[in-house]
This record gives sequence, structure tokens and C-alpha cells, in this order.
Amino acid sequence: MIQHLLDGILVGAILSLGAAGLTMVMHMLRFANFSHAELLSIGAYAALVFDQLFKGLMPVMATHIGPLSMTWALVAAMLVSMVITGLSAVLFDRLIFRRVRENGEELSMVFASFGLALIIRNAIGLIFGLHTKLYSQDIVFATVLSRDPLILVKPDQLASLAITLTLIAVLHLILSRTTFGYALRAVAENPTLAQVNGINLRRMIVVVWLLGGGLAALAGVLYGLNNQITPVIGRDLVLPIFAATIVGGIGSIYGALLGGFIVGIAANLAVMVFSAGYSPAVPFLIILAVLLIRPNGLFGEERT
Amino acid sequence: MIGVISYLVFFTTVASILAIAVLGLNLQWGNTGLFNGGVVAFFGAGAYGTLILGGTAQDGQLGGFALPYLLALLGGMAVAGIMAWIVGVLTLRLRHDYLAISTFGIAVAFENLMRNAQWLGGGAQGIRGFERPLRAALGDGFTYNILFLLCVLGLLFLTYRFLETLVASPFGRQLRAIREDETAARSLGKNPDHIRLTAFITGSVIMGLAGGLYATFYAFISPQDILPTLTFQIWAMLIVGGAGNNKGAMLGAFLIWAAWTASGWALSRFAPVEAQLYTGSIQYILIGLIIVGMLLWRPQGLLPERLVVSQSGKRPE
Repeated sequence: MIQHLLDGILVGAILSLGAAGLTMVMHMLRFANFSHAELLSIGAYAALVFDQLFKGLMPVMATHIGPLSMTWALVAAMLVSMVITGLSAVLFDRLIFRRVRENGEELSMVFASFGLALIIRNAIGLIFGLHTKLYSQDIVFATVLSRDPLILVKPDQLASLAITLTLIAVLHLILSRTTFGYALRAVAENPTLAQVNGINLRRMIVVVWLLGGGLAALAGVLYGLNNQITPVIGRDLVLPIFAATIVGGIGSIYGALLGGFIVGIAANLAVMVFSAGYSPAVPFLIILAVLLIRPNGLFGEERT
Repeated sequence: MIGVISYLVFFTTVASILAIAVLGLNLQWGNTGLFNGGVVAFFGAGAYGTLILGGTAQDGQLGGFALPYLLALLGGMAVAGIMAWIVGVLTLRLRHDYLAISTFGIAVAFENLMRNAQWLGGGAQGIRGFERPLRAALGDGFTYNILFLLCVLGLLFLTYRFLETLVASPFGRQLRAIREDETAARSLGKNPDHIRLTAFITGSVIMGLAGGLYATFYAFISPQDILPTLTFQIWAMLIVGGAGNNKGAMLGAFLIWAAWTASGWALSRFAPVEAQLYTGSIQYILIGLIIVGMLLWRPQGLLPERLVVSQSGKRPE
């Protein structure tokens, strides 16, 4: 039980990061972006490339940080990956979403994101191969927290959690203390009014994509660190991330962060009831339950 | 020569079955503006429903009710309709995002259920052993395939006629009215929620019919047949053909299915052996590019929706 809870918290942290970016994009551009989870894959693979590159260029960086399987090279690669993924998100918007948006058909955006997800996922498979990859081949032993019941925690898991919580704190400060944060919330509230007040909507959209892409990249790297890196990360995580945004209420960043943890924990606890094979279906049940009980999510407001 | 003809029969059968599913999607998306991200769930419900109801008994497995074929097919369609009803009631009054996500979710959940629930659909191995209707009388050969094709073409035509009549009826006008301006439709005393739900269920039942025919044709269905990528393919057919136009929907089905099978054939034939593993990836990238390209450069599709003028005598500008 506690083991499942711990695992759930870790998965939840990763989903939170993905959902926070997704909810911002969904709220501002008003479409369900089915390609958002593919940004996690892009992030995971970009970090893989730069991790190798840094290790090759500076062997010093290949040393492990304390008991972690994470190296300094991976930390640097993670930062680079966040920038690259953010820029890719902006690029996709320029190439596809902005033009579909300007064609005027709002619903086509969802479909464009379907198509984009298909392209990204299979292009990654084509470039990097379909087999799984790992950041580190070294086996890191789990620390035994308790023997009865047996609870195991890997140092990487704790580090991932710490990184996520730090990022969430940073995100909170950005939203609550900076002009950008005010502007973002103003646009979320009423885009037209915000523009009248001198907020440059186009620039806001770029920043939201950068931010969403960066968060997604981090989530992707942490997922890859704790599981495996495969081209289908996006396919496996798209539904849980959507579930997290719906639990939180579309448009609520804090709701999405909390929703991520709720979905992650629920999906892991569900393993105790159903067999593990059913866990991919759990997010769907969560979505249905939320829509039935609280259609606008925990923190969402009614939208038209 | 006979090989070519029998391949053409095979190709046309599968394309026509998919065209029926595309017509169902066109009612939902093209005519009503409902985003169904889980076409394959309703397709799969029809397929599994038909095989479970019409198949022969298997050990440790639900089904094998051996119902007469038409009853089994109708049952499969009903299963698809019931699923659509549950999802629709919960999500249709909300924004279209919720419908897109929850229909995508039901497709994932359905595939997951079928992969795991050995007792229900045979698990990962799928359901086999379905006795195709009239097989005893007609044998298993070419004649049978021709007759089956004729049946499928007949059903495709009936579905087309049904939808054309539906769209031209007052109900069809309501669908478009809701798609274009829900508030105006509501102010005229129409009930958008009810009308949308009806359209969503009807479209899903048609997808269920396509699924049932697909399962009949292969006499087999497994989770491998209902992967989310089939949803993408069916969507690509509608986008290419032209959403809102039933003829376009059918044209798109044939074009995309031809492109899909031709690219698969060409890749398996000409690509180097070590690249064969990636044939699927390349095909899906092609589908993705077609979808995105159409949306960017010709969002109305090859056959655009025709403008319907309700008052005769007044021509649109």
C-alpha cells in the first residue's frame, strides 16, 4: 500500500509537470492538444543526445551525483533539453497551429494535434529506433525504507521528486510575483480585455509554449530516468496527462499540478484492486468520474 | 489475372467497410461538429459484439451464443450505441474538448479491456472461430468473397442514402444549425443537447456496423485490430474527402486506404531489409503529414461541403 503510494507520488509528479503546461495551452488557445505528451518524448530524447555529447566532450561530467544514477552531464542535458523542447513547441505552433488557427476553424486544431502527434512519435521511432534506451546502464540499488512491510525507494525517485517540487515552487513564484504571471492570468481570464490593456497576445502564446515545452521536457527526462526511454512515452502518457488537467479543471495550473498527483496515486493504488494490465484504463475512469461529479474539475470554472 | 481481381475484391471490401465508418464519423463531425477521438472504440464494440453474439462457444469465454447472423450484427451495433450513449450523456453538454478527450479515453480503455479480459474477448489472442454466414451454402472461395463484397456495397449504399435523407431532413437542418450557432438554435426552441446526443449515437451505431462487417470479413478480431491508429486513419479519410460531404467521405476512404496499402506494398518491396521494421513508422508519418497538410492547404477536403439552401428560388451569392 505505502509502496504503491510512493510510486504513485513519483508518477504523479511527472504527470503534474506535463499537465501544467497542457492546461495553460488548452486554456489560452482553447483546444485539446493531443500532441502535448509527445513533447515529453522530445524532451527525453533531446536529453539523451546531449547527455552522450557532454559525457563525450567532458568525461568529468560523467560522474554520478552522490548515490544517484544521474550524472552532471544529464543535469546539463536536461536544462538544454528544456530549452530545445520549448523551442520545438514554438516551432510547431508557427508551422501548424497558428496557421490552422488563422484559418478560423477552432475544432480543426484538435485534429491538427492528432496528426502532429502521429508525426512526432513515428519520426522519433525512425531516428532513434523502436527499442528502449536508458540514460545509465548502471544499476542503482533501491534503499530499503522499511522491511515490514517492504518499502523500497530509489535515490533517483527522491531526486526526481525534489526537482519537481522545486520547479513547482518556481512556477508558483512566476505566476504570483512576475508581470508575466499577472499577464498570463489576465489572458486566461479574458483574452480580449487583456489585449485592450496592452498585453501582446502573440508574445504570450510564445511564452506559454516555451514554458509548457520546458515543463514537458523535464517530465520526459524524469520519466525516462525512472522508467525507460521509448518512442511511445507520449502515447502512454497522453491520457493520464489529460485526466490530470480535467481533474484540476482546464485552465487551472494549480489544479493541474494537484490533478497530476491525484491521477498518479489513483492509478498506482488501482493496481491493488484490478490487475496491473488494466492500469492504462484507470485515467479514463477518473475522467468519467470527475465529469459526472464535478464537470469543471476541482478548480475549474464554467466555460463556454 | 484472377489474382489481381481477387485482390481488388479484397481491397474494395475493406475500403467499403471503412467507408461506412467514415460516413458515421461524418455525421458526427462533418454535420454536427462533434469531435470523436475514439472512433475505433465504437468500431471495436461492433466487431466484438458481433463475434461474441454470433460466434460458437469457446471454453472459459463469454459468448458463443450462436445467434443468427443478422441479430448478431444488430447486437454489435447496439453495443456501440450503448457505449456512445454513456459517453455522450456525460460529456456532450460540456465543451468539445471533453468529448475529444473522453472518446479518446474510451478507445484506450476498450482496447485495454479487450487485451486483458480473457473471459470477455479472448484477451490478446482475440476471438476466432466465427462461422461466416451462408458459408456452408457458398463455400469459401471467390464466389463467397464476391457476394460478401456485394452485401457490403449494398450496406454502404443504404448507409449513404440514409444519411443523405437524414441530412436533408429537418433534423439535418437542426444539426447544422447547432454546429454553426448553438445559441441561435437554442433560442429557436431547439434542444441542442438532445439533438447532439442523437447524432452522436447514430454515428457510433454506423461505426459499429462497420466493425461488425470487418469482424465478419476476417472471421476474427483481436486488440491488435483496434489500436488508436485506426482512428487516425478513419479521420484522415474524412479530412481528405471533405467533412460535411458524404460522397467526399466515401472517396476519402478509398483514396487513403489505397495510399496506405500502396505505401505498405512499396516499402516492403523496395525499402532495404533493415528498414523493413520501420515500415509502419513511415506509413504513420505519411498519414500524419496528409492530415496536417490537408488542414493547412485545403481544410475543406477534396469534395467540399455543398451549401444547402433551404428556400428554393434564392441562390446563394
